[in-house]
Amino acid sequence: MRILLVEDDAVLLDGLRVGLAIHGFTVDAVACCEDARAALRATAFDAVVLDLMLPDGSGLDLLRDWRRSGDATPVLLLTARDKVGDRIAGLDGGADDYLGKPFDLDEVAARLRAIARRAAGRASPLLCWNGLTLDPGRLTAELDRNPIALSRREFAILAALMERPGVILSKEQLEERLYGWGDDIDSNAVEVHVHHLRSKIGRDLVETVRGVGYRLQAAAR
Amino acid sequence: MSSLRGRLFAILIATTGVIWLAAVAWTYVDARERVERVLDARLMEAARMVDSLITTGEIEIGRAAEAERVAPAGAAADAEYQHELSCQIWSLGGRLLGLSAGAPAARLSDAAAGFSEKKIDGQVWRVFAVENQARGVRILVGDKLTVRRNLVADLIASLLFPAAIILPALAFMIWASVGRGLRPLQAMAGSLTQRDAADLRPIAAERADVEIRPIIEALNGLFQRVSDARDRERRFTAFSAHELRTPLAGLRTQAQVALAAADAPTRDAALHQILVSVDRTSRLVKQLLEISSLDAQPVAPAAQWLDIGRALAQLDQQLAPLRKARSLTVETAPGVAQALLLMNEEIFMVAARNLLENALQHSSPGGIVRWSVAADPAEGIIAIEDDGPGIPEDELALVCQRFFRGRHKSGPGSGLGLAIVDLALQQAQARLRLANRPGGGLRAEIVVSGARLSPPHRGVAAVARTAVSG
Repeated sequence: MRILLVEDDAVLLDGLRVGLAIHGFTVDAVACCEDARAALRATAFDAVVLDLMLPDGSGLDLLRDWRRSGDATPVLLLTARDKVGDRIAGLDGGADDYLGKPFDLDEVAARLRAIARRAAGRASPLLCWNGLTLDPGRLTAELDRNPIALSRREFAILAALMERPGVILSKEQLEERLYGWGDDIDSNAVEVHVHHLRSKIGRDLVETVRGVGYRLQAAAR
Repeated sequence: MSSLRGRLFAILIATTGVIWLAAVAWTYVDARERVERVLDARLMEAARMVDSLITTGEIEIGRAAEAERVAPAGAAADAEYQHELSCQIWSLGGRLLGLSAGAPAARLSDAAAGFSEKKIDGQVWRVFAVENQARGVRILVGDKLTVRRNLVADLIASLLFPAAIILPALAFMIWASVGRGLRPLQAMAGSLTQRDAADLRPIAAERADVEIRPIIEALNGLFQRVSDARDRERRFTAFSAHELRTPLAGLRTQAQVALAAADAPTRDAALHQILVSVDRTSRLVKQLLEISSLDAQPVAPAAQWLDIGRALAQLDQQLAPLRKARSLTVETAPGVAQALLLMNEEIFMVAARNLLENALQHSSPGGIVRWSVAADPAEGIIAIEDDGPGIPEDELALVCQRFFRGRHKSGPGSGLGLAIVDLALQQAQARLRLANRPGGGLRAEIVVSGARLSPPHRGVAAVARTAVSG
């Protein structure tokens, strides 16, 4: 899951960036409204973590602009102001969830998964398809109830495909889900990860649509 | 406990009593004089009447002494004051010829004519003597002084008796009136005691009496000041809590990262971030305390002449770790070492330290931070220059607001440093002037009146490249 982090405090930004990556997120971090606007224009994110007080403006104004322009990316507001009135203003301003500082890193991750899940129209925290079960909260995968060990990238590719089974995701789309701006991407990185994935879950589950991308095989085994 | 009511009551009773006693004394003196005159006139009248009766021969000399009783008896109908005139008729040779009833046998007066007083059998008599040359007799008419005294005493007693009844009534009325007059004070005290600690609304002064209004206005002024101070404190507490939450969130997140990190470099990086954040948060807390102690004393403590060179050397020592970490050089212009500034030392140190800290944090690594002084008769300036990015022109006016952070911050900052400098200098009747240097960097000036910086230096000579503490 790729998320955008908008926070002006350098230590907190760094902590969230590293911490959320440990939780399996792909994190892009910016420190001001201007950069956040540009980032959201350029890249599709599964969720945004937004600080309310930013050096060049209010996160709430930024959020209103996004919603006005039709952007529906789920937003988790982080703020030092967490009186009831502030929370109401945040949620009514278009936020999907609200966390007061200081917060628990695991809770941030859980809430991000929840708002992303709801935005995708799913209620179950687990991704299930054809005997495969993914738990994004614990980053564990099972095939026919047998645990299988997946790397972070493999898990991310499988999760992206399982979110909408049957839908073809291009190599670029998968790369976007997997890598932040700062990451070096080998031109065949996705192919390598898919190759490893197939060796763990079976050759025929991930189908290559030549010239277009990848999808989970429609037919049941 | 002294009571306003008691004191007013005592004053009113004492003054009323003194005035009243003075009136009694005056009445006594006046009454005695009048009584003397009236009774003297009666003596004279009686003596002349007897004299004329003897002269015309209407009455026998031996019985003439009884005659005086006839005339005044009708006038003095009051039994109490009857029989008080005594008459003696003596021959010029000294033989007693006649005597009224009740008159003493001893000669009433030795005077030939007119008024005289004489003591007979322990009683003082006032006597009027008339000499009748034709008949060769001397007529003496007298009365006892005691009677006169009694008359005046009775008069005074009749005056004092009602007073004995009136005085307690008067006292009661004075007590009640004073109480009534002080009722607005009591009402005010009552309404104040009923208030809870948070109620600092002003007391209504429009309908208050002229005497109480100054008290009410003074109280309202005090309420206003207390309430302002409390608001300021409340705002500040809210701000501080708010400002501390972000670093705390950072610390917590980094600690969780350190715990969850799978590899040593990630964990070490997180621990390093925790250290950085603890240092920054400590500085924030120190600044919060500084600003709150500045807020607590609206008037600056007394100023004294302080040696700027020594103060800056001391500061440089305190901030040497930061200076060394960023490989910066701190220079002082030649005039600085000899300059004296009239300002409270603590205030100056707070302002100068925050300015130096700012300069050290915003300078590019390896850069130079420079102190200088300049003075003319109008103003004295202690300036610090750095070669950092400066402050965007449109933010220069805003940077002294608390918790203001610029868009292009180049280092860690709480947004309090310049607010502290500004507040401290205001208290010391000085001000902070900020300007971007033409060549890049910021110039911050502590500006005081010309007389407070000594000795005056016109312009700044060539900079001596000497680090303050080496």
